[in-house]
Amino acid sequence: MKHTSITEQNWRQRKRAIVDKLARYTIGLGGISVIFAIVLIFFYLLWVVFPLFQSPTVELKHQFDSPFTQNDARYQAIDDSGTLAVRIQSDGMMVFFSLENGEEVNREQIALNGAEEISQIVKVDAEGRQLALVLDDRHLLFLDIAYRVNFVNEKRTLIPMVTFPYGDELITLEAIDHIKHLKIVRDDEMLTLLAIDQNRQFLVQSYLAESGYELEEPQFSSVQDTPLDTDFMLVDSSARWLYLANKKGQVYFYNIYDIESIELISQLTVVEPGRKLDRLIMLLGGNSLIAADNKGSVRQWSLQRDDKNQYRLVDVRGYKSDQPLNILLPEMRRKGLVSINQQGEILLYHTTADRVLLKTKLTDSEIKRAALSSRADKLFVETVDGQFLNYAVSNPHPEVSWNSLWGKVQYEGYNEPKYIWQSSSSGNDFEPKFSLAPLTFGTLKAAFYAMLLAMPLAIMGAIYTAYFMAPKMRNLVKPSIEVMEALPTVILGFLAGLWFAPVVEENLLAVLSLVIVVPVGLLLFAGLWAATPLNVRRLVPKGWEAALLMPVVIFIIWAAFSLSPGIEAVLFDGNIKLWMFENFGISYDQRNSLVVGIAMGLAVIPTIFSITEDAIFSVPGHLTNGSLALGATPWQTLTQVVLLTASPGIFSAVMIGLGRAVGETMIVLMATGNTPIMDMSIFEGMRTLSANIAVELPESAVHSTHYRILFLAALVLFILTFMFNTVAEVVRQRLRERYSSL
Amino acid sequence: MSKPSINHIKKWWHSGEPWIWLNAGAVSISVLIVFGLLALIAVRGLGHFWPADIVEMQYLTDETQQVKIIGEIIESESIDAKQYTESGYGEAPAGEPKVTRLLVKTGNRDLQTDFRWLAEHKIKQQSKPSNLIVLERVEWGDFYGYLTQVNEEGELVAKGKSAWGELEKRLQRVTALRAEIKSLEKGAIGTINHQLEKLRLERKKLALTNDLTPENIAPIAAQEKALDIEYQALRVDLNRLYNEIDRDSAHFEAMDGRVVELPMASFISAHKPNAMNVWEKSITYVKSFINFLTEDPREANTEGGVFPAIFGTVTMVLLMAILVTPLGVIAAIYLREYARQGTMIRIIRIAVNNLAGVPSIVYGVFGLGFFVYFLGGNIDQLFYPEALPGATFGTPGLLWASLTLALLTLPVVIVSTEEGLSRIPGSLREGSLALGATKFETIWKVILPMSSPAIMTGMILAVARAAGEVAPLMMVGVVKLAPELPLDGTVPYLHLDRKFMHLGFHIYDVGFQSPNVEAARPLVYATAFLLVLVIVLLNLSAIILRNRLRQKYKALDN
Repeated sequence: MKHTSITEQNWRQRKRAIVDKLARYTIGLGGISVIFAIVLIFFYLLWVVFPLFQSPTVELKHQFDSPFTQNDARYQAIDDSGTLAVRIQSDGMMVFFSLENGEEVNREQIALNGAEEISQIVKVDAEGRQLALVLDDRHLLFLDIAYRVNFVNEKRTLIPMVTFPYGDELITLEAIDHIKHLKIVRDDEMLTLLAIDQNRQFLVQSYLAESGYELEEPQFSSVQDTPLDTDFMLVDSSARWLYLANKKGQVYFYNIYDIESIELISQLTVVEPGRKLDRLIMLLGGNSLIAADNKGSVRQWSLQRDDKNQYRLVDVRGYKSDQPLNILLPEMRRKGLVSINQQGEILLYHTTADRVLLKTKLTDSEIKRAALSSRADKLFVETVDGQFLNYAVSNPHPEVSWNSLWGKVQYEGYNEPKYIWQSSSSGNDFEPKFSLAPLTFGTLKAAFYAMLLAMPLAIMGAIYTAYFMAPKMRNLVKPSIEVMEALPTVILGFLAGLWFAPVVEENLLAVLSLVIVVPVGLLLFAGLWAATPLNVRRLVPKGWEAALLMPVVIFIIWAAFSLSPGIEAVLFDGNIKLWMFENFGISYDQRNSLVVGIAMGLAVIPTIFSITEDAIFSVPGHLTNGSLALGATPWQTLTQVVLLTASPGIFSAVMIGLGRAVGETMIVLMATGNTPIMDMSIFEGMRTLSANIAVELPESAVHSTHYRILFLAALVLFILTFMFNTVAEVVRQRLRERYSSL
Repeated sequence: MSKPSINHIKKWWHSGEPWIWLNAGAVSISVLIVFGLLALIAVRGLGHFWPADIVEMQYLTDETQQVKIIGEIIESESIDAKQYTESGYGEAPAGEPKVTRLLVKTGNRDLQTDFRWLAEHKIKQQSKPSNLIVLERVEWGDFYGYLTQVNEEGELVAKGKSAWGELEKRLQRVTALRAEIKSLEKGAIGTINHQLEKLRLERKKLALTNDLTPENIAPIAAQEKALDIEYQALRVDLNRLYNEIDRDSAHFEAMDGRVVELPMASFISAHKPNAMNVWEKSITYVKSFINFLTEDPREANTEGGVFPAIFGTVTMVLLMAILVTPLGVIAAIYLREYARQGTMIRIIRIAVNNLAGVPSIVYGVFGLGFFVYFLGGNIDQLFYPEALPGATFGTPGLLWASLTLALLTLPVVIVSTEEGLSRIPGSLREGSLALGATKFETIWKVILPMSSPAIMTGMILAVARAAGEVAPLMMVGVVKLAPELPLDGTVPYLHLDRKFMHLGFHIYDVGFQSPNVEAARPLVYATAFLLVLVIVLLNLSAIILRNRLRQKYKALDN
């Protein structure tokens, strides 16, 4: 039998079986992959957010012996991409060498023009594109270093280029003796030179400077005495503040904005008693000093203005250590610090986040010199025993810490710790302020005011519709309220922003009074109705009260709007906004929480209404019938039986409504001013997480900290709403089971 | 009927009756809000196209000075007399607590401010001269004034009474010419530009693979040359048309007495609203409504039509429906018919349900990160290296917008389809299986046809939701002004990588980002009305379909 030819019947049977099996697998696969796609959303968001919380790493890339026999380097730095290092020796020999193996790439002798040696090299800009060389005791030479990228056989090579921006003639400072400290500040046209000599003389000299032209005679020059033996001298990049300090930790803080009359602002000590000042550097932006003592503890002293508008230096944060430092470097593009102590341990710190990001041992031998690339992703160190070590630093998101996202942070330029969201600014030395607190606050505030309106209206409306309303009317009312659920929120937002906000502003008193006038008016009407003769009352059948009330509501609203100007004139001097401001200091923003609350309330009403109505309507009939049969009035039955039974359903409706209010974007985007403030006032606006994402995400750079934090905001929204909805859904399923068992 | 005593009132209060009335009031308020909003949008949106009368008035600027003002009264409001005086408009009339002021659209934006507030008590004289003309123009908005003469090549053709007839006649010619220019620019010349761009990319591709040899370049260069010749020929045609359209012009007297000569090429339409009767106005009304639906926007979207936005919305939504329906249906069939019902499936069902409540902006964020930057970026690397660093798919566009919205509406389709499947009585399945059908055959031939209304309902709801969604689209593909439609005559016809316009975003953009909000407002209302109309209709049809379906299965159950 088995080996007889397959009949057509059999063949068809097999084909059908195969098709069936195929369909089973395809549908199974399709179904599972759809579910997978949904899960993917969550994991993708998580994947983007995750790097924010990863610890930085420092990895040794290359290691080689120093190719240099002389040990008198005056300057050592690396380029942006971390492929070349430059070293300038005291005799003017400038060597460019590879960071991979120390192989020399280029060598150039700087003409010293009769001077004997380079005694000091000062960076003109933070990234070291221009250097000022101090030759012997009082001669200066300026130098530009640039790298040209060249592709040879698809291989990227860097060609260093050295130029003399103001010619190769030496500039001699006659006014002072033997330069001890030198700082150069350059802006578009001026080059200002600040120096201190060994006789405590302070020199300020400024030139009109244009690259490619020799420096003319100084525009301005002055010399004056200083009160201390300066060991550290710092100037900010706009030449406004000057700080002189000695090893004892005394800092003299001057305002040199007007260089003709230098003003001492204050004098303070920046180290703990018994300690000595070991390093003093400036944080990016020049608004903070970083002081390290001889034990290796580091403090940030920030420039602030007190209540009387006086400038002062305030100790804002730092970290403790008991190992003296060998190296302390500021990051060139962020408010971060890199320090290496005598044990060869590196420590990465970020000031805004107030977090030690990493502490790890680099090497056993002591470190003599270190250079950081401008993006702070390459670190090049030289040990005392002549080893060169080249590290890759991965520290992409140092600004993020639990505290910087959710806590109060002391930002530069503010008097006290604050919650601030301010993600971008024009300057590149700007301190980004990534506090999610004001945004979350705004989100909850908007949701709160929306629920304040939506909950009573929707739940009460649902109670009436489900329990008292005539079926015929219910068939009309329910779909028409549900249609509103589908109304695009962009339309609600646009109406709120362009039409409703001005209306509210003009008739503020009327709108506010509705909260009281409408319920009171309705009760009044109900009382009157109860007192009208029965034959009049019979005209409106039971269950149609809502229809009767519509003209009443319209009348009440009309009355409120037309009477309120008169009342406003009598009680509030004609302008309630001004009155509020003068008496209570409440300011009024046209696009405020009241407008948002009402508009978003409208968006949420249908959701809550629909679910509540379903829950009440499906309370089993025998429960209510039993209650009524026992003599309870309909209202008693409702409050004691129906609402109690349906309360989980109402709870889940509120949760779902809340979820919707929390995530709503377009209404808040259009109906508020989108200012991230933390103020509970109903007359002020807010910025919500969702609106913030909509405004900022399209402009943020991919994979930047800002981008990832916006993803974090989305993840927070996702989790928040998912939680609300899950609770609601579980409660609802339980309820359904209970109904079916009743 | 006895007089209500305190006792009566107490009894009434305790009966709970007042609370019932309060609850009824909540329903009334909700319903009033719904219909109030719809009515507001409809009235404002539809009212915009009605050719309103133009008023000429004498207005006192101070005690003695009078100026003539011509314009359309947009709205009037009464403000507090004190406030009026304080805001520096001048003295309010003595003894009046309120001052009425009118917002008048005076048009002629090239000559003066186009909107102004006038105090009613300073208007001395009002009239509606029948020969006042409203010009709808290509730029600078509407023009109000009197026609004085019509010129051809700068030479007088008609003057006085006959001028209007001449203007109307010549306007038809201009309209025809404009259509011709547009079809030439968008059609033939657009195609040539498209082909040239393709050739440029081909060259770059060759350069990338180091195949830039003379043999390879020669055909490309030849094609480029041919296209250039073709282009030059078209250019000549185009120049001729431009010369022709510039032939006629007309002189108008504006409200300040200035006589200006305006080229007819800048007119879109001209009418005399004050001379029109209701019937004529209705015709103009319908015409301008049709223009609104079929024309491109002008003047930074504040004037003209919304055709590209309608087109973009429809294309995106259709594409989304094509993507979401099969996926949603397959997932629903899997969940309901194939998967073993247990805790796992229950959890999945809750998760799917909840996704419908996840804020749409989150989908937008996901779409931008995953689709645009991750998938799109990789597609560009693999398939469009010649266009780099310009992005092809690595930038927001139609495909990503549709996919994002498909994901967003997936729960809607799944839930609706599942509901449909669950309502089909088990007896039908058993019957089919008992007759020897396989499971797939049962699903394909019995279950699916029966649940098709449910699937349709899900699809309609998904489409309605997608059509109104704006927040995620702002991230994944919508722009305020798209130079090209996503669907056109050049290969491959449907351009999935293009950005597009969208009605909802149009509302946001014009209402909140445009420099002249006052001028744009009517258009925003009209656009909003259009969007609401589409969405309400879609939803109503879904509701009706769903109710029918329920009725049908009730009948089956019995």
